[in-house]
Amino acid sequence: MKYEVVIGLEVHAELSTGSKIFCGCSTEFGGEPNTRVCPVCAGMPGTLPRLNRAVIDYAVRLGLALNCEITRRCKFDRKNYFYPDLPKAYQVSQLYLPICRDGSLEIESDSGMKTITIREIHMEEDAGKLIHEGGETYMDFNRCGVPLLEIVTQPDFRNADEVNAYLEKLREILKYLEICDCKMQEGSLRADVNLSVRRRFGESGEPEEYGVRTEMKNLNSFKAISRAIEYESQRQIELIESGGTVIQETRRWDDEKGESHGMRSKEDAQDYRYFPEPDLLPLEIDEEWLERIRANLPELAHLKRERYIGEYKLSAAEAAILTEHKNISDLFEAVTRESGSPIESARLLLGEVMRLMNTTNTLPEDLKLDPSKLSYLIRQVEGGKINRDALKQATEAVFVSNAEPADYIAENQLEMLSDDTLIAEKAQSVIDANPGAVEDYHNGKTKAFGFLMGQVMKQLAGSGNPEIAKRLLLELLQKT
Amino acid sequence: MSALELSAAIRSKEIAVVEAVSAYVESAKQNKHNAFITLNEEYALKQAATVQKRIDGGEVQTPLVGVPIAVKDNISTAGTETTCASKMLSGYKPIFSATAVEKAEQAGMIVIGKLNMDEFAMGGSSETGAYGAVKNPYDVSRVAGGSSGGSAAAVAAGEIPLTLGSDTGGSIRQPCSFCGVTGIKPTYGAVSRYGLIAYASSLDQIGTIGRNIDDCAALLSIISGADSKDSTCIIDKGFEFPEKSAESNGLKSLRIGLPRNYFKKGIESQVKEAVLKAAEELGQAGAVVEEFVMPYMDYTVHAYYIIACAEASSNLSRYDGLKYGYRSGSARTLSEVYRLSRSEGFGLEVKRRIMLGSFVLSSGYYDSYYKKALQTRAMIKSAYDELFKRFDLIISPVAPTTAYKIGENISDPMKMYMGDIYTVSVNLAGLPAVSLPCGFDENGLPVGFQLIGDSFSELKLIKAARVYQQRTGFHNMLATEFAAERERS
Repeated sequence: MKYEVVIGLEVHAELSTGSKIFCGCSTEFGGEPNTRVCPVCAGMPGTLPRLNRAVIDYAVRLGLALNCEITRRCKFDRKNYFYPDLPKAYQVSQLYLPICRDGSLEIESDSGMKTITIREIHMEEDAGKLIHEGGETYMDFNRCGVPLLEIVTQPDFRNADEVNAYLEKLREILKYLEICDCKMQEGSLRADVNLSVRRRFGESGEPEEYGVRTEMKNLNSFKAISRAIEYESQRQIELIESGGTVIQETRRWDDEKGESHGMRSKEDAQDYRYFPEPDLLPLEIDEEWLERIRANLPELAHLKRERYIGEYKLSAAEAAILTEHKNISDLFEAVTRESGSPIESARLLLGEVMRLMNTTNTLPEDLKLDPSKLSYLIRQVEGGKINRDALKQATEAVFVSNAEPADYIAENQLEMLSDDTLIAEKAQSVIDANPGAVEDYHNGKTKAFGFLMGQVMKQLAGSGNPEIAKRLLLELLQKT
Repeated sequence: MSALELSAAIRSKEIAVVEAVSAYVESAKQNKHNAFITLNEEYALKQAATVQKRIDGGEVQTPLVGVPIAVKDNISTAGTETTCASKMLSGYKPIFSATAVEKAEQAGMIVIGKLNMDEFAMGGSSETGAYGAVKNPYDVSRVAGGSSGGSAAAVAAGEIPLTLGSDTGGSIRQPCSFCGVTGIKPTYGAVSRYGLIAYASSLDQIGTIGRNIDDCAALLSIISGADSKDSTCIIDKGFEFPEKSAESNGLKSLRIGLPRNYFKKGIESQVKEAVLKAAEELGQAGAVVEEFVMPYMDYTVHAYYIIACAEASSNLSRYDGLKYGYRSGSARTLSEVYRLSRSEGFGLEVKRRIMLGSFVLSSGYYDSYYKKALQTRAMIKSAYDELFKRFDLIISPVAPTTAYKIGENISDPMKMYMGDIYTVSVNLAGLPAVSLPCGFDENGLPVGFQLIGDSFSELKLIKAARVYQQRTGFHNMLATEFAAERERS
């Protein structure tokens, strides 16, 4: 008997707006407990929310990027439940009229291309945090009211690979739109996994109806998500195989132990008693507002890739790597703009810069390089002033200590020898010292030229201009 | 002396602010009607000195400068206990003031204390609070009405010239009617609700209670206006009500509708007579009074209680015993903190409404109760829209009865709820209304009537009310004077 795993995702993305969704408090991560709190986000009696319109902009941006229908008159609803991290005992969210609906995202995984349907994106406020210390529990309301988007898919995934491909792509989009910093370890991107299994009869057999699903929470990394999916699929299949039944429940993933535990079953599921939030008026998103957001939408990665291949003549693989992180593609475009050479810019970033990132463990989001310094170096190579070894050396100096390229080249005497007389002298001495190779050359052995050329460059201690050396060597060989 | 007259005397230096404030603090101190929960003497006297300086320095010349006021205890006052007359909020001192309070203070008014009410504004008799019943100044064995009972009783007793109340389903108008004073329930969205501790957010509105319409209108023009802290406060700028002289034409060509079916059953005959007489008076002043049938009368109270309780069940969830206010001493676990604190901290009527509200919102019942109530509300709103194409104003009773005995109805919630029949549709439709005294029943208890206007037609309402009060004297009476007069005759 074969089983098919069916997965749907709910992703929570904390928005990087400067202030909270319903008050002016800062959204910055961390801080001393309860220092980024005011009467509004602490839910003091008599306070009222006032909507931060940037949250709408951000939500619509994502909606447009995910091909969603934008709800032109949307509303907020209250989700009521008691928990100490929720000072009002209700979360302002959207149930009835979420801001975005019916979108899609195309993903590519080992199982090929696939379109994932986005059921909805809704806006809501984050809750606070509980701090457990020395047997006591304390409340920290700093995170209360930080704006969140919840992105809900249809149960379209069939394995962890697809889930990861989707999350990677979604993360890339969120970063390109500059609406979320996507730091899973800080909780600014969180995913809940809804998973069920069902039997398939034969290879092409029709699957059964969807099975009973569980929801997994506390997944703090892509790796944890993969492991949790693996664990939960196995658990459900084994349960069914041994004659048991899966119960609908919320489970908490314990990454250290590599297993999940039931938190609450459907029977103790809360009735959230949703109803329209009376403290906020329905929101009208008019054509003008929508157009303004559309017009300011940044170019997304997949469009950049197409452009890099079409306009810059890069390979698909090169374009893919350069667009994986917005910070890298921004740097690439700036260097290209200033150097006028997309091919050289790509070569430098994909080669030396990425090697340096690897050896120094620099994350793409932390990479800070002055594009004008890199483009200066590229121009030096193209103008025959330095060779590729010097480029690598100078790039490293820029990367490590933000060196001034012109000074660095001068101080380290990286400028190429372009003195014809000197180069000709060295070339002649190589010809004189290697009569065998010269003969081979005249007998049509092209390899021999490479050998002679290498010897000349060696004589020039690596700093000779290879173009000039090649020309002079050829001339001298003709005379020999 | 009215509030406007008092301020005039203060501005012309006949009376010092401190004198006025001390005099009212003294009378409020006796608290004969249990109208006050908190009296803030020290703060009031300090404020009085500050305001006097501002007057002397020519900084502030507003029509109500120097006037002492008191506010209902569900309106936040920074540093002064704000309890909503509930054990749940005992000891709670807000760190900010309601926008309405801030505006009143900026205009040079002095808040001397906080007024008694029904717990969390849930009730129509000011009996449900943790601080005991407010007594009607006309007969201390009777209720003052509610939920702004303290706000109305204190004015009627002359303990304060002007107060702030709140009206969710009649909570300003009905106690005004029971206590023989004047009140305005403004259009929803005319006065900021920031700092008003919510009972039912889509219905709550802060309003004014005083001895006559001019005092109430003057305070309303101060507290109304847009507020960036309340996005449901949709008015552009505060009301400006021109001087009295504008009413010299009487009510010529004003069309007033009289809902015939409001007078059919369930209304005391003396209330009916007094209200019809008021309609007649308005007719004599030049208005054209025409009868009509108010639709959906049988559904109004039900729709109101479903919506109000639903919102209340959510609004009152934040009182969980963890952050402020009451926490049960016997709670050991988190769920006990919730359960015991709320069981012990809330009174019976509040618990009843939380239960009702939680029920109508719960899954499986939402569609048959809450959703239906919202549809009814929309129907009522559009019925009013149609009516205001025919009429400028609508005249109606405020309550079917005059003030009843303390304890008489408290154990019969359905009877209490039906007492709101004439007032709640105004809140469901978000309309403004004024409550004006129009006579006394055989027991010498005041009767009031209300005029209802279209959204943001406060000026029209106030003009009509002025004409009525220019022609009648019911509002000029203080309860104590009335009692003395009755004694003499």
